[in-house]
Amino acid sequence: MKDFIKKDKFIRILKDEMVVLVGGFLTNGTPETLVDLMVESGVKNLTVICNDGGFTDKGVGKLIVNNQVKKLIASHIGTNPYVGQLMQENRIEVELVPQGTLAERIRAYGAGLGGVLTPTGLDTIVEVGKQIIEVQGKKYLLEEALGADLALIGGAVADKYGNLKYIETMRNFNPVMATAAEVVVVEPYKIIEEINPEDVITPFPFVDYILVGENDE
Amino acid sequence: MMNDKEIIASRIALELSDGDLVNLGIGIPTLVADYVPKEKKVTFQAENGIIGLGPLTEEDTNIVNAGGMKASIQKGGAFIDSLTSFTFIRGGHIDITVLGALEVDQEGSIASWIIPGKKVPGMGGAMDLVTGAKKVIIALTHTNKGQSKIMKKCSLPLTAAHQANLIVTEMAVLSVENDGLHLLEVHPGYTIDDVVKATDADLIINKVERMKGV
Repeated sequence: MKDFIKKDKFIRILKDEMVVLVGGFLTNGTPETLVDLMVESGVKNLTVICNDGGFTDKGVGKLIVNNQVKKLIASHIGTNPYVGQLMQENRIEVELVPQGTLAERIRAYGAGLGGVLTPTGLDTIVEVGKQIIEVQGKKYLLEEALGADLALIGGAVADKYGNLKYIETMRNFNPVMATAAEVVVVEPYKIIEEINPEDVITPFPFVDYILVGENDE
Repeated sequence: MMNDKEIIASRIALELSDGDLVNLGIGIPTLVADYVPKEKKVTFQAENGIIGLGPLTEEDTNIVNAGGMKASIQKGGAFIDSLTSFTFIRGGHIDITVLGALEVDQEGSIASWIIPGKKVPGMGGAMDLVTGAKKVIIALTHTNKGQSKIMKKCSLPLTAAHQANLIVTEMAVLSVENDGLHLLEVHPGYTIDDVVKATDADLIINKVERMKGV
């Protein structure tokens, strides 16, 4: 972990065209303040990777509604009608990925693998354009690794060393996303002295920055 | 009198056995949990990260189910990340998944995630579930505006091919076998003939029983 940062420093990290992983499942565990700061920064032509399209007023949906996203990679977009509207107008590219495949593609990148082999999506339009590889007599789709410039992590309790554990179901995609980006920024629920080493889910070397409030030291 | 959805849910509940790890999809499948008798020890998994999903709640927590609704966790349960959740789902550790569908066909192929040009919600975890779970039960109403949803061949883009094992509608229980689609049970409010007329798929009809649990 490099540093505890305030919002100005976070905004300085942001650039147009960035590929951004955003944690959360239907916005449960999404770092809303970090998303708000991305909206405030006005960066555009983003590629956003998230489980879903969020809602028009919540999660990555806020970036989509503000027309900052050129491509969304997600498993589900049904909760944000604006995504469908933009798709029809050809103003956003959407890549729909089965949820387990999405998680494994991100894991592959974080673990230095080129991709994963999975039967999910065989005989469906998900297999279009992908290699089918036979291993031990079974057919699999080759799904390529998926990483990003930036990962925004939420739902966590952090300690002063930068270790993380997660609160209830807010864990979801956050731990795997924290392994798969050049820069990893966490918006913690709270910061405590020390997380018991047995309870750490995301060890501090995966974390670059932790957002703190304007008045925090 | 049970409505169509209640009939489907209560019948499917009979398929769940002591010790099963079960994933219920959104819609009719969610109702199945209400019909599982308390003495049966069934554990529900929620794909967003719960082993031991409990009922919906108004309590102020950060626990949600796979539909994003405030839910609870049962004693002895666990919160897991998406990777672990889909290791359960994709690795064959889920005994039964119950999912809704737009169409299902006599070969067990399932269409549930897209109506091209109309509705593109995405597949979420459905493709992983039907591919990885040991048993796939499809819960759906038999027809949509008079059109059969039980087809010879799905017309919509597939969620997966040849993965459905059992199909439960308000009219009938059907089993996908190697030789085709068997009609196992018919709801007492309908005749076998009614089911045949309401079904596009070819049905294999041997011994047909009264629908259990209704």
